[in-house]
Amino acid sequence: MSDTRVVITGAGWITPLGDDLDKVWQRMLRGESNIRPVEHFDASTFATNFASQVSDFKLSDHLGDRAEPHECGSLATKYALAAAVKAWTSAGFGPAQAQAGGPRSSDHVDPNRFGVYLGSGEGRMDLGNFIRSNYAGWNDETRLIDFQKWEAAASEFLVASRELEQEPAMCIAHVAAELGCRGPVSNCMTACAASTQAVGEAYELIKRGDADVMLAGGSHSMIHPLGMTGFIRLTAMSTRNDEPATACRPFDSTRDGFVMGEGAGMVILESLEHAKKRGANIIAEVAGFGSSADAYRITDIHPEGAGAAAAMRRALEQAGIDPSQTDANGRPLVHWVNAHGTGTKENDKTETAGVKKVFGDAAPSVPFSSVKSMLGHLIQAAGAVELITCLQAIKTGVIPPTANLKNPDPDCDLDHVPNEPRDCTDAGGVDVCLSNSFGFGGQNNTICVRRFAG
Amino acid sequence: MRPRCVITGIGAVSAVGVGIDETWAALCAGTSGIGPITAFDTSTFSCAQGAEVTEGGKLASARNYVPKHYRKATKVMARDTELAVIAASLAAKDAGITTREAGEDAETTHPSGKVGCHIGAGFIAAETDELTSALVTAKDDAGEFSLEKWGESGIGNLQPLWLLKYLPNMLACHVTIIHGCEGPSNTITCAEASGLLSIGESVRIIERGDATVCFSGGIENKVNPMGMARMTKVGRFVELDADDPEPWRQVRPYDDSTTGAVPGEGGGIMMIEEKEAAKERGARAYAEIAGIGSAQSQAGLIGVCEHADCWGEPGCEVDEGIVSAIGAALRDAGISADQIDAIVPGAFGVASLDKSEVGALSTVFGDRLAEIPLITLTPQVGQMFSGAGAFGAAVAAKAIAEQRLPARLHAGRPDERTLSGAAESIDAELQYVLVCTCSLSGQVSAVVLTRTE
Repeated sequence: MSDTRVVITGAGWITPLGDDLDKVWQRMLRGESNIRPVEHFDASTFATNFASQVSDFKLSDHLGDRAEPHECGSLATKYALAAAVKAWTSAGFGPAQAQAGGPRSSDHVDPNRFGVYLGSGEGRMDLGNFIRSNYAGWNDETRLIDFQKWEAAASEFLVASRELEQEPAMCIAHVAAELGCRGPVSNCMTACAASTQAVGEAYELIKRGDADVMLAGGSHSMIHPLGMTGFIRLTAMSTRNDEPATACRPFDSTRDGFVMGEGAGMVILESLEHAKKRGANIIAEVAGFGSSADAYRITDIHPEGAGAAAAMRRALEQAGIDPSQTDANGRPLVHWVNAHGTGTKENDKTETAGVKKVFGDAAPSVPFSSVKSMLGHLIQAAGAVELITCLQAIKTGVIPPTANLKNPDPDCDLDHVPNEPRDCTDAGGVDVCLSNSFGFGGQNNTICVRRFAG
Repeated sequence: MRPRCVITGIGAVSAVGVGIDETWAALCAGTSGIGPITAFDTSTFSCAQGAEVTEGGKLASARNYVPKHYRKATKVMARDTELAVIAASLAAKDAGITTREAGEDAETTHPSGKVGCHIGAGFIAAETDELTSALVTAKDDAGEFSLEKWGESGIGNLQPLWLLKYLPNMLACHVTIIHGCEGPSNTITCAEASGLLSIGESVRIIERGDATVCFSGGIENKVNPMGMARMTKVGRFVELDADDPEPWRQVRPYDDSTTGAVPGEGGGIMMIEEKEAAKERGARAYAEIAGIGSAQSQAGLIGVCEHADCWGEPGCEVDEGIVSAIGAALRDAGISADQIDAIVPGAFGVASLDKSEVGALSTVFGDRLAEIPLITLTPQVGQMFSGAGAFGAAVAAKAIAEQRLPARLHAGRPDERTLSGAAESIDAELQYVLVCTCSLSGQVSAVVLTRTE
């Protein structure tokens, strides 16, 4: 429909392995992780007591004087702001021009043509006051809440700003205010697929002509008591409390669940025309986006990976890539598939099935690895952070490994780049990547990015 | 030219009715659904009444709207999800579309891969009784909550699927499973703007050929303890006694004396269908979606943030975000502001928001604003947050199809710049109707609907 091309001109992340694009990348190539016992709260008696956490984060390290107005925000909001400002700055929109308080603005972008599409999660519950209110209202005999007592406690204890900051659209409100965005906005919550979907729809908004520049990505932290509780009850997380650093084992036959992570990833998307006009540094081109729903079960993934395959196919179709084809040297046209690869029994198996469906005979020669083995699962932020790993792969020509893959699962028998990174510079580098994200509840999203070739 | 989208089915769910016909009749009759809350004891809440979705005198239940084999699953649905499931089922039926709901072997109207689903959702509140019954098992000797005990044994007292009840994407998730929607599906969470943003996303997806038809809209339940406590804290609800016999009189959009709305639940889910495909199957179309637009406002936010100055000016004279979003939608529709025949605005009944909303509408429409009927729904259905915009769009589509305006309830004297005082339902020539909402976090979305030939 539209022949507008969309490129990525900026990227920023806050991850458990750090916040510098290249340093985090180097750590990933070394197979490092920062997965340790939970520090945000005392989780010592929890069935899973470890997580992949962001260390030593201070908003003022990233925003300086501008941090103060945002200190009321949730942790997810702060990660988002830091990553967004990194992306903004790296895109060459310049340092803050306005004084603290006013929005950032840039001579290089019209605020009405600048939008934000995030897949950010909810803020953190004010658990202390929430529980105080619930305890005050609880009647032990009826085993029900007495809402007259509950209301009296809640209106005394609950704090307006803390309640408001939990709302899922507060993150985008802070980010949009900081960057002075006045164009199209949206925030989506499709669980683990959210930020890939946000980037994909932002790309489509630019293609439609609704904006010239979009900040897109996601941010999330569920490393709090009820967040961990929810996934413990679903038995979705690894319980390898005695060996957290190697707990996340995508595609390994000993895998026992994902590892909860937190952080944010943001990219600047721009129409090629706009990027060229302002002489921006083009990191890569968004070549395609595919989205589908499993429509299968709320707890299970489609066993044959049908939804996953549909999302990948659509992204490839839009990119004009035939997945069954190889180049003159017999190399598949997709150089890396960044797996959703959570490390749960079900995901890795069905995702592998999905990749086989899409690539057919070429599947075994398509590198298909999971950086969650090192980063953990950043939930709603995962997709955007992992998309940035694709940008790094294109930039460096190296494919990151699946760490902790010692005992390959016969059901996951593709090229998972086990334990060691793969340098593809001799083979011509990394030109085309797919990045997969699938959500609890069956929403599947895949983005295809490719080296910008003019 | 890009494909065009029409609304071929409406599932409206609110305190004035379940289904668009019942809803429309009630709106035209000037009925309000605001009344005493039955879901839990609100007698001591500062706003003690609300707008609940009922059927036969009881809270409406999804059990009556799902295939038999799916009834068990209603146990893991939050109220928001139940209402979405009801609305979706009504929308498909109203459009005459056969989906997987009719059975695995049913011949569906559209291939499953071309059916999308975009349902805006709110921040789903955990059911207080359910969660607290587990939390109280983790008290230490002093009666305080103990994380240690919670981790040891408390967690086990929650049902295994507890988390899945409260993920916002569960509204769309259940709808996609029931109806077999395997196309793109999204859950937009921008409070009051969610419903219209979802409609916009469905339109873009149909335009680019990724779907032929989408379940599209927004649903939220705010008649729950946490939702009410939270929104009361941030100044969204009016003080209202449990025994006030005419509670709707307290909800007075654009009136100087306004102090808030009341909590509502529900919203709307529509079938948005590619126009040619709809025509081909002989479907009736309520209206066509002529334009979509969105923008970020710096003014919509209520100033509860300690450093409110970072948001621009809450309660300022003109919400520029609303001006931008309407401008984008008009441009997308290829029309000018002069062509709008009626407006479904936010009508929050919150003084600061109303003021900047009227300021924005005046900026766009000038003096003519006083002649454009506003369809203000909050006195009738309460504030449905993520459901509000989609419900507004549903009403606008029906109004266009009927060429009629619903009645307007108003017990005060609204801003003279607007045509929003009490009015009977009347016939009206409606070529273009604008629906626009601004969220508490500043996202604004606008949709222009038009008559189909």
